[in-house]
Amino acid sequence: MNRYRGGLLGSVVTYVVLCALAVVFLIPFYVLLRNAFMTTPEVTSTDWHWLPGALRLENFTGLFDNPERPFGRSLVNSLLIAVITAPLSTLLASMAGYALARLAVPGRALVLSLIVGTLMIPQSVTFLPTFVVVGSMGGVNTMWGLIAPGLFSAFAVILFRSFYLSFPAEIEEAGRLDGLSHLGVYWRVILPNSTTMIASLGALSFIEAWNSFLWPLMIGQDPGSWTVQIALSSFLASQTVNLPELFAGTTVAVLPLVVMFLVAQRHIVQGIAMSGLKS
Amino acid sequence: MTATGTMRPRKSAARPAPATAPRRRRLTERQSKILTFVALTAPMLIGLGIFRYVAIGWSFLLSFSEARRTITLGNWVGLDNYQQLLSDERFRDALTMIVLFTALIVPLTFAASLGLAVLVNRVRRGRAFFRTAFLLPAAVSYVAAAMIWKMALFSGVPSGLANTLGALFGAEATPWIQTQSPPLYWIVLVTLRLWLQVGLYMILFIAGLQAIPQHLYEAAALDGAGSWRTFRSITFPMLRNTSIAILLLMLIAALQAFDEFYAIFSTGASLGSEPVRTPLMHLYGVALQDQDYGVGSAGAFLLTLLIVLVTLVQGRILGFARDKD
Repeated sequence: MNRYRGGLLGSVVTYVVLCALAVVFLIPFYVLLRNAFMTTPEVTSTDWHWLPGALRLENFTGLFDNPERPFGRSLVNSLLIAVITAPLSTLLASMAGYALARLAVPGRALVLSLIVGTLMIPQSVTFLPTFVVVGSMGGVNTMWGLIAPGLFSAFAVILFRSFYLSFPAEIEEAGRLDGLSHLGVYWRVILPNSTTMIASLGALSFIEAWNSFLWPLMIGQDPGSWTVQIALSSFLASQTVNLPELFAGTTVAVLPLVVMFLVAQRHIVQGIAMSGLKS
Repeated sequence: MTATGTMRPRKSAARPAPATAPRRRRLTERQSKILTFVALTAPMLIGLGIFRYVAIGWSFLLSFSEARRTITLGNWVGLDNYQQLLSDERFRDALTMIVLFTALIVPLTFAASLGLAVLVNRVRRGRAFFRTAFLLPAAVSYVAAAMIWKMALFSGVPSGLANTLGALFGAEATPWIQTQSPPLYWIVLVTLRLWLQVGLYMILFIAGLQAIPQHLYEAAALDGAGSWRTFRSITFPMLRNTSIAILLLMLIAALQAFDEFYAIFSTGASLGSEPVRTPLMHLYGVALQDQDYGVGSAGAFLLTLLIVLVTLVQGRILGFARDKD
C-alpha cells in the first residue's frame, strides 16, 4: 500500500517532467515549420506569433528557382545516393557477415580481423586519406566518388555476423538437401530470413547517407554534384539570406527522414540498440 | 583412405555409388565452400582495401612528404608537417577548443540520456510517444539543426525564440553566436548537440536497463530501498558495460565534431577562417583550400592519435575502477 502511494506520486512527477521535456524536444520542429510558411517580416518580427498569417507556399517553390543554388538537383543527388547506398551497403555487409559466421574455411580469422581492423581508425579522419585516393582516381565531382566510399561498413559486417552466428543450422541443411549450392542457400534461404536486420541497418544507412555532410562537401565541389545538405549550407555564403526560403529548404531536407523515422521506428530502434551494445 | 573407409558404409547404404564418389563430392563441397566464401567477402574486402587501407597507407606517407597541390609522393620532409601544424597557434587553439567541448558535452549527454532512459523506462503508458519525441531529432542532420539553432532559436535579431523568451523576463536581445566574451556561443553548441544525440544514447541505455534482472529490484524493494538508493546500488552498477560503450561512442563523436561548428560559424569565407573552429575544420581548410595534403594528412594522424589516447585513458581509468571492485 505504502509502495503504491509512493509509486503514484512518483509516476505523476515522472509524467509531468517527461511531458515538459517532450515539448522542449518538439519545439524546434514546430519553429522550423512555422518559419517555413511565413514571410520575411513575420520571421524577423519582434512580436512572437505562434502561427503564420497565411501559409506561404512561395517559400517552397522559390527554392527551385534560384540558378545559383540548384536545390532540385541537389535533392535528386541526395535521393540517388541514399537509394543506392542503403540497399547496396546492407547487402554487401550481409554477404560478408554470413560468410564470416557460417562458412568455415581456412583464413577466415584473418579476413575477419582485416575487416574489424578498419574500425580502429575514426571515420572522419579517414575522409582525407580517402579523398586523396578517390581524387587520384578522378572521383571528384562524380556520382561514384560520392557513393563508393560509403558502401563498405565494417560495423554492419560485425552486426550481421553476430546475427548469423545465432541462426539455426537446420535451415541451411534443409536448403542443401534440396540441392541448393552454398551461394543458393545464402540467396534463397538466408537473405529472405534476415529482413529485420536488413530493414534496421538499411534504414540507418539511408539516414546516414542522406545526412552526411563532410564527405559530400569535399568531393562534390561543383554545384551540379551538391547534396541537399551542401545546398542548405550554401545559404550561409549568400550575402542576403532569404530566411523563409532557408527554413523551407531545411524542412525539405528534414521531412523525408522524419517521416521515414516514424514509419520504420521499430526497426531503427532495434538497429540502434544492437549496434550500440555490440560495439 | 581411412576417412573414405569410414564414410563409405553409410553413403553406400543409402545410394550405391562408385568408390571414388564420396571423395570427389567432399572435395567439391570444400571447394564450393571456399569459392562461396571468396565471392561473398571479396567485394567488402576490396572496398575496404581501397578506401581504407590503401587510403590510410598513402596518406600516412603523404604526411612525411612535401605535398602542395599534389598527392604524389616524393620530397620527403620527415616530421616537418607535424611540427608545422603543432607550432600553428590556430591549430593549437582548435585542439583546446575540441578538448573543452568534449569535456563539456560528454558528461552532459551522458547524464541527460541516462536520466531520460530511466524516466521513460519507468512509465507504463505513453512510453512509445516519449521515446519517439526524444528520438525524433536523431533523424535531423547537423546542418539542418544548425540552421534552426542559428536562424530561429538563437538568432541575433530580437525575434529568435531565446530572445523572445528572454524578453518576457526583461532580458535584452543578445547576439548569442557572435558573443565571444562571455562565450555565449557555447550554449548554442551544447544545446544543439544535446538535442540531436540524447535520444540515440537514451535508446542504448533503455536496452541496457531492460537487460537488468527484475528480481534485483524486487529484492531492493523488500529491503525498503528508495528510488535514489536503488538507482545507485543496482541500476548504475548493472549498466556498467553499457555505460563504458556509450562513453566511448560519445568521446569519439565529440572529438570529431565538424558539421554543426561549420554550419554555425562559417560565413561563406574560406574554410578554416571561422572564429571558432575544431581540428577537423582546420585541417580540411589546410587540405581543401590551401591544397596542402602533406600537412592535412599529418593533422589527420594527430587527431587519430588524440582519439586513441583518450580511448586508452578511458579504458585505463575505468579498468582501475574495475580492479578495485
